[in-house]
Amino acid sequence: MRERIEAALRDAQADYVEVHIEEGEWTSIRYRGRELEEIGRTTHRGGNVRALVKGGWGFVSFNDLHSLEANVDLAVRQARLVGQETSQLAEVEPVVDRIPFEFVRDPRQVPLAEKKRLLDHYNDLLWSASPTVQTTQIAYHDTFRRLIFANSEGSYIEQERSDIGATFLTVARKNGDVQQAFISRGNPNDFGFILDLDEEVVAVTRRAEALLSAPQVKGGVYTVIADPKLAGIFVHEAFGHLSESDFVYENERLKEVLVLGKRFGGEHLNIVDGASVPNLRGSYKYDDEGTPASKTYLVKEGVLVGRLHSRETAARMGEPVTGNARAISYRFPPIVRMTNTYIEPGQVSFEDMISDIQEGIYARASFGGQTAAEMFTFSAAEAYMIRNGQIAEMVRGVNLSGNVFDTLANIEAVGNDLEMYQSSQGCGKGEQAPLPVSTGSPHIRIRNVVIGGD
Amino acid sequence: MDAFLNSVLEGALRRAEAAEAFAFVSQETPVSFEANRLKSLQTRETRGVALRVIKNGRIGFASTTRLDDSQELVDSALEVAPFGAEAQFEFPSAQEYADLVAYDPVIADLSVEQMVDEGRAMIAQVREQNPDLLVEAKLGREVTTVVIRNSVGGGGSYHCTAFSAVLAANLVRGTDILDVYEWAETSQGLVDFDALVRAVRDKIRLAERNAPIATGQMPVIFTPKGFAMTMLESLRLGFNGKMVLEGASPLAGKLGEPTFDPRFRLYDDGLVAQSTASAPFDGEGVPTRRTALIGDGTVQAFLYDLQTAGKAGAQSTGNASRSLSSLPSPGPHAWLIEPGDSSLADMLKAIDEGLLVDQTMGAWAGNVIGGEFSGNVHLGYKIERGELVGRVKDTMVTGNVYTALKDGLEAIGDTAHWVGGSLRVPHLMFKSLGVASK
Repeated sequence: MRERIEAALRDAQADYVEVHIEEGEWTSIRYRGRELEEIGRTTHRGGNVRALVKGGWGFVSFNDLHSLEANVDLAVRQARLVGQETSQLAEVEPVVDRIPFEFVRDPRQVPLAEKKRLLDHYNDLLWSASPTVQTTQIAYHDTFRRLIFANSEGSYIEQERSDIGATFLTVARKNGDVQQAFISRGNPNDFGFILDLDEEVVAVTRRAEALLSAPQVKGGVYTVIADPKLAGIFVHEAFGHLSESDFVYENERLKEVLVLGKRFGGEHLNIVDGASVPNLRGSYKYDDEGTPASKTYLVKEGVLVGRLHSRETAARMGEPVTGNARAISYRFPPIVRMTNTYIEPGQVSFEDMISDIQEGIYARASFGGQTAAEMFTFSAAEAYMIRNGQIAEMVRGVNLSGNVFDTLANIEAVGNDLEMYQSSQGCGKGEQAPLPVSTGSPHIRIRNVVIGGD
Repeated sequence: MDAFLNSVLEGALRRAEAAEAFAFVSQETPVSFEANRLKSLQTRETRGVALRVIKNGRIGFASTTRLDDSQELVDSALEVAPFGAEAQFEFPSAQEYADLVAYDPVIADLSVEQMVDEGRAMIAQVREQNPDLLVEAKLGREVTTVVIRNSVGGGGSYHCTAFSAVLAANLVRGTDILDVYEWAETSQGLVDFDALVRAVRDKIRLAERNAPIATGQMPVIFTPKGFAMTMLESLRLGFNGKMVLEGASPLAGKLGEPTFDPRFRLYDDGLVAQSTASAPFDGEGVPTRRTALIGDGTVQAFLYDLQTAGKAGAQSTGNASRSLSSLPSPGPHAWLIEPGDSSLADMLKAIDEGLLVDQTMGAWAGNVIGGEFSGNVHLGYKIERGELVGRVKDTMVTGNVYTALKDGLEAIGDTAHWVGGSLRVPHLMFKSLGVASK
């Protein structure tokens, strides 16, 4: 294979060409209600060619590897149709490397019968924790992929990647009112993460049940304490996506808004993204353009100091490469993506953070979030009123929304309790979802947050 | 592909009671413009086969894009079958399918150069209005072949085409960022490029000024797109036969009961012309049809595939939706909401103070099964004394789909518009929803 790929690359008439070849397998087990509903095994093999000519990109993906040479031709022809400028790619040292994957516990070595026994057990726990359970859902997956990357500059990298995840959801119902709660847990290399979830699984059903009697939050503007899971999703959604340079590099006015050196928050605010932070779902040695992974400070002591790059955006903005070009699979070209994104811990204890809040909201974990430019919104999976410095009654329907620039400036306190969160889900951008990432934060306190409500 | 499918079916039937092979072949050709200019051309080819077996009454499933080893696929499906769900259905035998035109050579033969030209023209027209706009466009054609073959001689094959266009404009003023986007999709001919350009230009013009809005309950109008982004997902889950069977849908047990405003009529249609969700048969070879979901204020049907229908004691509605990598599951075809008798102008005129919602973010992220929505108004306009007076910012709109569509509906627009290729909706005006703003 290597000789064929290298020969095809050698003959290509373009400023730059790269080839990805991928082979992999995926096992999926789903429960709905009392029973296992679906179990399946998927295997795939495919590849792509991406070519750059005079600043224009051509891209071809395919399942039939026999036509590699013809596909290189097609990608180059497409790029030629587009290209009318000068190609710009930041320098990256060509590398030949082979990185075998190291599992702590390999899910492929665990028999299906054992996986089923474990999930049956968790499903029993979901069902038995409350009489209000209407139905449950469990989704488990494990994947393993072998990737080959080669480019016309002489790089040839073989990497393996894995991802394991499980989501547990309860729908509770009483008098026609339906509420849901879930947890989602993932890990890149250790099946063991799923072995000890009894307490968390029981808590899912308890939370769905409690939501049935929780009042809807009153809409308005509040001081909010976000737990590490929710704060991590906030920093990913609201700020992380703005740090992806493909969003900025051709937008002169946004470049002014997001100029390096500009202050966005207090000195307690430090935000990091990095695939070189090890053993997380967003960790790897080389990105999908063959650039070595790094750890990038996006915000340091409240000041914007960096952003995430592909080779093209780094060259066009004159900034260093960061190794953030990623694709969800061989069917798509690499684009600028986050990896492991988190707020570094500060000094403040949770007790100090909450003690002087007269009326506020304590928001924990999230159903999900979305961002468009500077506006973000994400929901809390679980939320409580804060009254007179104490956590008070549970409320439902807490959806936070705002402008990221205001909100970063409104972070009043950064806790001392960083936690990284690895779910079974992933990040979506354009057509590409889900991409394995992790997020993290300590507890943070934000003033003036808009909460939707009746 | 034929030889591979035959060998998969034969191999499976040597060891299982029943089997079904599903083949999917597609070629997509997306053309992308970023920051006002052509950025990339792509060709994406996908081909794969999925195998469903029933062995000792249980369902096994496997799929692959490695089309050189049918034995591996058969082995995988049979290996998981002992753990699979009990089959509550039989594969359908040969059926008559509607004579649906889902393939248009105008799309299949469309040249990349023509797509590039159309994209350039749209971008130029949007930028005439304001040269500071950064415009993004994506055009694409897709040609797909689906083949289903099962052990009782059922199944069939069809070719279909889709053409889609997305047009998005971005304007930055200080730290105030405006994003406006429109999209269209069809299985027949090309989309109306002029209408896309007009819609984007109109929405940008209306957003030239920002307008503050109070926090409180007020009348809200959703554009077809705004409705789709904010309220549709709850209904999709609510009419899904699986959710109904489990009792997770708030509509479970409400068949024939007064549950919606009597003027609100919703159909699932697998045969409607132009829709990219139309096909002669569904993901397991059952003929598609038009199904009334909401009419006369009542729930009239739910959507089923074979297995879910078998469990529920119902019939498949021809709504098995599937991808290459998973078992069929109930899913909608095109959804059509019947237009009413109010013009948008009439709706606006009736409002002293209110909100028009065109784009929301994150409305899906709450208790969507229960019908609750709470979304950031990504693009919306304050209504004052019947006029759109400016764009609202830092604002959320909140409500419950089921209560809003029962007692909260004020008026239904007199024209239904396609939103993409699988939804046709009129403007909808609600008496009172929660609005929260800074």
